[in-house]
Amino acid sequence: MILLSAYCAVLLSFASGLLALMMHQRQNLSAISEYGFNTFFTRNVHCRGWLNKNLEERRFPVFLKQAVFVLLGLSGVFAVIAGLAVLLGKGVITDQIALGLPWLPWHIRFDGLSGFFFLIIGIAVCAVSLYGPGYVRTYKENEHPFAALGLFTGLFVTGMLLVLLADDAFMFMIAWELMSVASYFLVAFQHENPANRRAAFLYLLMAEVGALSIILGFGVLASFSDGFTFDALREANLSTTWASIAFVLALLGFGMKAGIVPVHVWLPEAHPVAPSHISALMSGVMLKVALYGLIRFCFDLLGDVQWQWGVVLLVLGTVSALGGILYALMQPNLKRLLAYSSVENIGIIFMVLGLSMIFMANGHPQLAALGFLAALFHAFNHALFKNLLFLGAGIIHHQTHELNIDMMGGLIKKMPQTSALFLVGCMSISSLPLFNGFVSEWLAFQTALQVDVLDNGVLRSLIPVAAAALALTAALAAACFVKVFGLIFLGQARSRNSEKAHEVRDKGMLAGPALLAGLCFFIGIFPGVIIHLINNVSSQLLGHTLPNDSALGWLWLAPVSAEQASYSPPLVLIGALIAAGICYWYLRRSPLTVMRRAETWDCGFGGLTPRMQYTSSSFTMPFRRIFAKTWIIDEQIKKDLQGAMDQDVVAVHYQLHIQDHSWPRLYQPIAQGVNNLARQVGRIQTGNIRTYLGYSFATLLLLLWVIS
Amino acid sequence: MNWLIAILQTSLFVVLAPLLAGWLKMCKCHLQNRKAPSLLQPYRDLLKLTHKQPVVSEQASWLFIAAPYLIFSATVLAASVVPLIAVNLPTSASADVIVMVGFFAFARFFLALAGLDIGTAFGGMGSSREMTISSLAEPAMLMAIFTLTMTASTTNLSGAIAHVLNEGLILRPSFVFALFALILVAIAETGRIPVDNPATHLELTMIHEAMILEYSGRHLALIEWASQLKLMLYGVLIANIFFPWGISETFGAKDLGYGLLAILGKLALLAIFLAIAETLVAKMRLFRVQEYLSFAYLLGLLGMLSHIILEASR
Repeated sequence: MILLSAYCAVLLSFASGLLALMMHQRQNLSAISEYGFNTFFTRNVHCRGWLNKNLEERRFPVFLKQAVFVLLGLSGVFAVIAGLAVLLGKGVITDQIALGLPWLPWHIRFDGLSGFFFLIIGIAVCAVSLYGPGYVRTYKENEHPFAALGLFTGLFVTGMLLVLLADDAFMFMIAWELMSVASYFLVAFQHENPANRRAAFLYLLMAEVGALSIILGFGVLASFSDGFTFDALREANLSTTWASIAFVLALLGFGMKAGIVPVHVWLPEAHPVAPSHISALMSGVMLKVALYGLIRFCFDLLGDVQWQWGVVLLVLGTVSALGGILYALMQPNLKRLLAYSSVENIGIIFMVLGLSMIFMANGHPQLAALGFLAALFHAFNHALFKNLLFLGAGIIHHQTHELNIDMMGGLIKKMPQTSALFLVGCMSISSLPLFNGFVSEWLAFQTALQVDVLDNGVLRSLIPVAAAALALTAALAAACFVKVFGLIFLGQARSRNSEKAHEVRDKGMLAGPALLAGLCFFIGIFPGVIIHLINNVSSQLLGHTLPNDSALGWLWLAPVSAEQASYSPPLVLIGALIAAGICYWYLRRSPLTVMRRAETWDCGFGGLTPRMQYTSSSFTMPFRRIFAKTWIIDEQIKKDLQGAMDQDVVAVHYQLHIQDHSWPRLYQPIAQGVNNLARQVGRIQTGNIRTYLGYSFATLLLLLWVIS
Repeated sequence: MNWLIAILQTSLFVVLAPLLAGWLKMCKCHLQNRKAPSLLQPYRDLLKLTHKQPVVSEQASWLFIAAPYLIFSATVLAASVVPLIAVNLPTSASADVIVMVGFFAFARFFLALAGLDIGTAFGGMGSSREMTISSLAEPAMLMAIFTLTMTASTTNLSGAIAHVLNEGLILRPSFVFALFALILVAIAETGRIPVDNPATHLELTMIHEAMILEYSGRHLALIEWASQLKLMLYGVLIANIFFPWGISETFGAKDLGYGLLAILGKLALLAIFLAIAETLVAKMRLFRVQEYLSFAYLLGLLGMLSHIILEASR
């Protein structure tokens, strides 16, 4: 039954993709329906009238788009049901499907870990399918065909769900590739722009290199076992060296997809160019699938984790978290900023996962369970709020046709609902109390503070430093999202487009983000719901749960024990309401002190213009100066001079370009190396047939010599 | 009963905060050869502000009006977590020290947004600087606090203070480092000299004042009160964590009274030190603050390392 709903989710998303292909088949469809009604369902007048009405030329595209998204949404609902059912049922379900090659059936396994990620995908897909119909309406059919968008969206979701169900390496890789390639087409959807094509190619390249690395990782495991099913791989008996090699390969492959520094470069290129609901899925969900892959590979297939791996994850995660947020801070493009912030959040997740590994390898499984809990919880939260923010960015783009936050401003009055939803997202991602982001960060701190149990002195001093880096990351994230919300929604409009913007009319486009914002708040107040679910995952995967004496009620959150640390969001909420209520009531009771509106104080000079406001680059100037070494900063100030002796400044031009260090340091050398190698190889390609015959002859001789 | 005392303690916190500000101002005036205002002047200021009609910019959105209430209640919540006169109160279990830092972040988030809301250069400048300084101060503060929490192996403030009380007077190098780190952070976070000058309205140097330039009437009163509360909160943190003696461990009226007297004495002493420091030191340039705060961070780190290397029980 549970498996059935999981299959339903997969099939429905696949069906939604196929249905999108019907976009150009209106004539055929109406012919078929005519035929069908004439021969089989002759009495069904209502049904026929309804269908005919929707098959009219004007209505049909709208109807089809809605139908596609309804199917996608149903797929999301089934995914949520299946995920919840398997998490609550605590069971493991296995199955085989006779697909693929005859002697290689697809092995299916649906356990707590898959279920948890099913839940994440399901919620995200539900929100996206509420949002989608309104968003895709603006695409012109002849330039950006919906058939392509819908088909690849369906395939993309199918691929992600199948990755979670896979129980053998073949099926895993097929589903993985389906996910990667489908999302490539989605990134390249608006391909008329060369920059988009370049971004999509970069994405495909890195996805394939990553896939190659994952295949090699599976290969290492498989060479020590008989077969490619995960059951066989679990039995594999590896030496520590080989296990570490497999771990590094998997880390490279999954890390590339997840966007760990320094293999993150595709994220800020690919996410801004995809349609917003797709970037929401890619950033919110696909990165989590990569995380799933890593967890499955390390904790489940490899089994014996080494503490050195944990240190690698911890260091990489810290670097990614800090690097991601520092780069995000500097971006004026909203979607690029959000993409970099995904790098940061993935970094945090990797950090905590590394802690979990360290505790696991040092024989503290309960603390490992705590770290695991914090990592999965943060993954869940990140999926919620990053989806929310990307969908919000989509609304803003839709209404103002801008992505540059220096061109926005004052939208809080024009788009009140969007701004409220976006504010919830910003507060969650800045990990403020009462919202979900805070709870997972709190758990991460609690994990890091348990370091006293370790024997290794280096680890004991390394981990608190990582915790301080996490604190810096959180504070920088708050600064970053103050900038985002403040510049987009507050102040005065900085361009005509944002001055003329108005609230989005489509209810669905608000309903999708509203669902996510509601969940962000609900989980922030009652985190116990999700923690309970993750506990079931860790009991299955690690064999341990949180300590028994940790009071895990709906009211209290005490991950280790009540004496060590506790946090009660509902009580905090009540306290906040009481405090705010009292001062609100007390201060407003006198009618003499009714608020009066007046002009803004302009120091008596008059004429405040929007250009006087702080912009993105001026807001982040102190950071740019303090952390100057982090970026390659190219700042140019050019003055146009005029008059005698060039004394009058007519205009000042300011240009600021901020570049990632990883390009010149890592990628350009690699690209150059490949080019040089190709040139070397090119030397033997003379284009002369006699030389080629000579090569063949030499090869033949060599082979004969080898055989004899 | 416990809850009642907890609520009482929080209200005491809120009520006493302006008094501390008044005392600090008085000390400073005496040190600078000026005539001091009355000790109760901050109360009069607050009362006057609440009776005035607030004037709000036409540019302002709902967020600007809601922000003072949010800032004030977040600060009050932070205050409810910190043991003032007694430990083991139920409010301090509902949120630990990391949540307290979170409350500060919450208040700061809305303060910075309110600064950006009216769309003037002042507001943006203040917000940008405040976020810069706080993002450097937060890791330093957590580093200092982690030293304490790892010693006491709890992040619950009241538990940590009880731990220090029970251990008695032991000189720990890590605590000395953490104390200095926390003092430096407290000065930066409460906007005192040498990081920010609460008395200035010179645009080049403003940080906190730049953000709240547009506030008036009851909104200004709430924000002022919240920043006084924050000053007192840091004072209590320093006083009660590092010198917890005198704080009441039971809920008898006599003990609570002694607890109150003890904390008043400690705070008065701390305020004198702060006033002397503010009189002796000049405000530094904005881009020197990073060095100041990285020094605080370094102290916190040293505290942590000396805890791990010298003191941990293995």
